[in-house]
Amino acid sequence: MITLTDVTKTFGRNRVLRGVNLTIPSGQSMVIIGGSGTGKSVLLKCILGLGRHDGGSITLDGQDVTKGDRDAFLARFGMLFQGGALFDSLRVWENVAFRLMRGPAKRPKLEAREIAIEKLRRVGLKPEVADLYPAELSGGMQKRVGLARAIAAEPEIIFFDEPTTGLDPIMAGVINDLIREIVTEMGATAMTITHDMSSVRAIADRVAMLHDGVIQWTGPIADLDITPDPYVQQFIHGRATGPIAAVR
Amino acid sequence: MTALTTPLATIGRPVLAALAAIGRVALFAAQVVSHLLRPPFYPREFLHALMHIGWFSLPVVGLTAVFTGGALALQIYSGGARFNAEAVVPSIVAIGMVRELGPVLGGLMVAARVASSIAAEIGTMKVTEQIDALVTLSTNPIKYLAVPRVLAATLAVPVLVGVGDAIGIAGGWLVGVNRLGFNSTVYLQNTYDFLETWDVVSGLWKGAAFGFIVALMGCYHGMNSGRGAQGVGAATKAAVVGASVLILATNYILTELFFSA
Repeated sequence: MITLTDVTKTFGRNRVLRGVNLTIPSGQSMVIIGGSGTGKSVLLKCILGLGRHDGGSITLDGQDVTKGDRDAFLARFGMLFQGGALFDSLRVWENVAFRLMRGPAKRPKLEAREIAIEKLRRVGLKPEVADLYPAELSGGMQKRVGLARAIAAEPEIIFFDEPTTGLDPIMAGVINDLIREIVTEMGATAMTITHDMSSVRAIADRVAMLHDGVIQWTGPIADLDITPDPYVQQFIHGRATGPIAAVR
Repeated sequence: MTALTTPLATIGRPVLAALAAIGRVALFAAQVVSHLLRPPFYPREFLHALMHIGWFSLPVVGLTAVFTGGALALQIYSGGARFNAEAVVPSIVAIGMVRELGPVLGGLMVAARVASSIAAEIGTMKVTEQIDALVTLSTNPIKYLAVPRVLAATLAVPVLVGVGDAIGIAGGWLVGVNRLGFNSTVYLQNTYDFLETWDVVSGLWKGAAFGFIVALMGCYHGMNSGRGAQGVGAATKAAVVGASVLILATNYILTELFFSA
């Protein structure tokens, strides 16, 4: 279980997170929604330690994420980045098997390649893709490779940062379905950041809305449409008028 | 009071900023050095960097050296003619190339070619979140990206300098024999007789220092690149300018250390 208590983060004079309180139960898929620039990615990076939060605490199963064995902590995570973040200089299978070829989870090269090809197949890519470089793939294929890399070492917790950004609706639907299937199949805890409502409905068990540096609302996906919260209603219906300023 | 403090603040702010930047680069260098001897090691990345920095820089270093050696021979001949000292051309070309021009010009050419490409590559990796991805895959970016490049450049640039020295001397010999009327054998014998081992070795040490600087500045500015294409462009420019200035400053310091009486 991931627990955030009064988490704050400031960049210069910009107070991005002003006291975030949120619990992500184990085995559940939590989706964080919110407008652009509200600090969703910052929140995710604070949990992973990619950026240090200024105040409050973040714990994973009761342990402070800033303390303890960092490699062991990161080994529990997989992450799909917004743009894929595939390593240009490595072939597709080397990207997928990156964690399997170094560190404590290191496997022989052939075995790592076989696992990578299996994971590529799991995300709907043919084995021939394995020997290509990321630059030779379409945006949708790069997202799938990123997804294969995120699940390659079978992590307990998977983060998805804007998984459908830049994809056409059909490919976005394919990625959403894949994420849902994989998270259910692996029994993993998932945290997804998005402002794509079709992703929210396809992926989420629970939803939290981040606005003005705090969690404005959180609840099960079934309550999303019936909550009277004006922030949520404005956001999910894409209204220009309401408590959320259109120009931020 | 304000009239007194404003000019001081105008001077003080950039001085403090410069000192802070020097401090950050020094800390980064200390981190890189501290990781050099600690596993895990990445031999594949090291060999790739060695090829990219060493082998692929040979043409540009060679061309720079051959033209510099030739021009140096012409200059010394023309200057030496003022006091009937044309015969010193082989010895001065040799000493000028191996002690100064080989390492400095080689270092500057490698800075232009390598520091820029390292900064652009790592800067792009930062902008596209590839460095964050490395961290989430339990890989230290300094160890994986900076250490192999810095080690490769520190080892490759002295070799480039050595090759550049030889090519530069050959450039001087070509001009001396074909253009200035020197006897080929006498020219080469003079070069051989005049050069001392330390002349060559000191230039190679300079090359190692310059290689370290070039890769360090490329990695530092790449990893601290700003956002977007403009950020990567600025990082690339800063890497080349920083590496070039540091090479010239380090050259002076090393020359003082090696040759001051």
